[in-house]
Amino acid sequence: MPDSLYERIGGADAVDAAVDLFYRKVLTDADVSHFFDTTDMDGQRAKQKSFLTMAFGGPHEYTGQDMRTAHAKLVEDGLNDSHFDKVAGHLQATLEELGVDAGAIGEVMAIAGSTRDDVLNR
Amino acid sequence: MAHIKFAARQHDLTPDETVLECLERAGHDIPFSCRTGVCLTCLMRVSTGTPPSPSQAGLRESQKEQGYFLPCVCHPSEDLELVSPSDAELYGRAIVSEVTHLNDSICRVRLRTATPLFYHAGQFINLRRDDGVVRSYSLASVPRLDDTLELHIKRLGGGKMSNWIYNDLAVGTAMDMQGPNGDCYYIGMEPARPLLLIGNGTGLAPLYGIARDALVDGHKGPMYLYHGSRTAKGLYYGDELTALAREHENFHYIPCLSGEEDDVRGALGAEQGRAEAVAMTAHSDLAGWGIYLCGYPPMVLTAKKLAFLAGAALHDILADPYEMQDLRRIPRE
Repeated sequence: MPDSLYERIGGADAVDAAVDLFYRKVLTDADVSHFFDTTDMDGQRAKQKSFLTMAFGGPHEYTGQDMRTAHAKLVEDGLNDSHFDKVAGHLQATLEELGVDAGAIGEVMAIAGSTRDDVLNR
Repeated sequence: MAHIKFAARQHDLTPDETVLECLERAGHDIPFSCRTGVCLTCLMRVSTGTPPSPSQAGLRESQKEQGYFLPCVCHPSEDLELVSPSDAELYGRAIVSEVTHLNDSICRVRLRTATPLFYHAGQFINLRRDDGVVRSYSLASVPRLDDTLELHIKRLGGGKMSNWIYNDLAVGTAMDMQGPNGDCYYIGMEPARPLLLIGNGTGLAPLYGIARDALVDGHKGPMYLYHGSRTAKGLYYGDELTALAREHENFHYIPCLSGEEDDVRGALGAEQGRAEAVAMTAHSDLAGWGIYLCGYPPMVLTAKKLAFLAGAALHDILADPYEMQDLRRIPRE
């Protein structure tokens, strides 16, 4: 039986390797950085970590409703498709930088993409 | 909706309300200070129920197991029955052994405890005055080097405790003391890694302790301590830090002035600008570094973000921001 996506990608170690890279990329992107609170960076990092765990096919307890609630305020503040695409782009660049193979990157991006309507509260 | 029971009365929590707010609304007089889950002044214990884990962040494992939690950041999802820890559980006595005025706003206080306190330089203690006012101060002393606890206290407009300490505190006074608390201290696991220490104001106190703790522990990596102030008089302890740099070739002291004329700055050999800006310009790649940030919260937040973006891992950035509850409503002098 083939390993799960989460196992192929490297599990919790891969999430740890990715989270700082990913968070650094979104914080340096002036178009999206204001959506990522910097008064509580540790809390913010923890949120990125659980998001990445889910996107990597790992264990998680996210529901679509959680995604909606968590982003509702940001949508009011103008969060839209272009921001979603930019953050997704940073996720893809992070995975490429870590040398994840193209097949697995495609699977991760598909999971991340599936959250679009919930994140944007549509 | 969760209920809380305290002192034989039951209270309903409104949505968004913390346990501390609920108890205050019900007329209970609960001691508090920072209201942000840092200072531990409002510490309580559950006798029934499990406090949510965010309300136990920063507590020692032994305290968590005993049900201690912080009501100021507690949003319970289940019913809780609460007790106030007795004073004897939390507070010990300390005797003031020295008060030295370092300049017209900062003084050094040394304290002796009846039994030796097990602590790390850079942690903080809470001092309680007889009228119940509690404030947190960071430890500049190092257990292996100093036989008293050393605090640096800056007197600021409106500061109830700091003005009293600066003006009236006498040697021999006994005070209630709780602690040590906090996780901003030297961990000797990687003696070769470079360390960056940035502080402003009396944020120097924990950094002075952390730096000496690292040096006496045999830290081999380079250490850079940036101390920032708007005015020249705020750069206290310059002689001590210069001497430390002379004794240890891996220790570097860089005073920074953001609000003085060139001639004043030149005479002190200080850099121009805010400590965090000067430091980040000098060290653009912080991957693998240990970072310590102590002082005014806006500086600590800015420096944390800059250090992270310069490559430091978040778990390698330790911070000890002031809490300034007396000062929030008071304009800067």
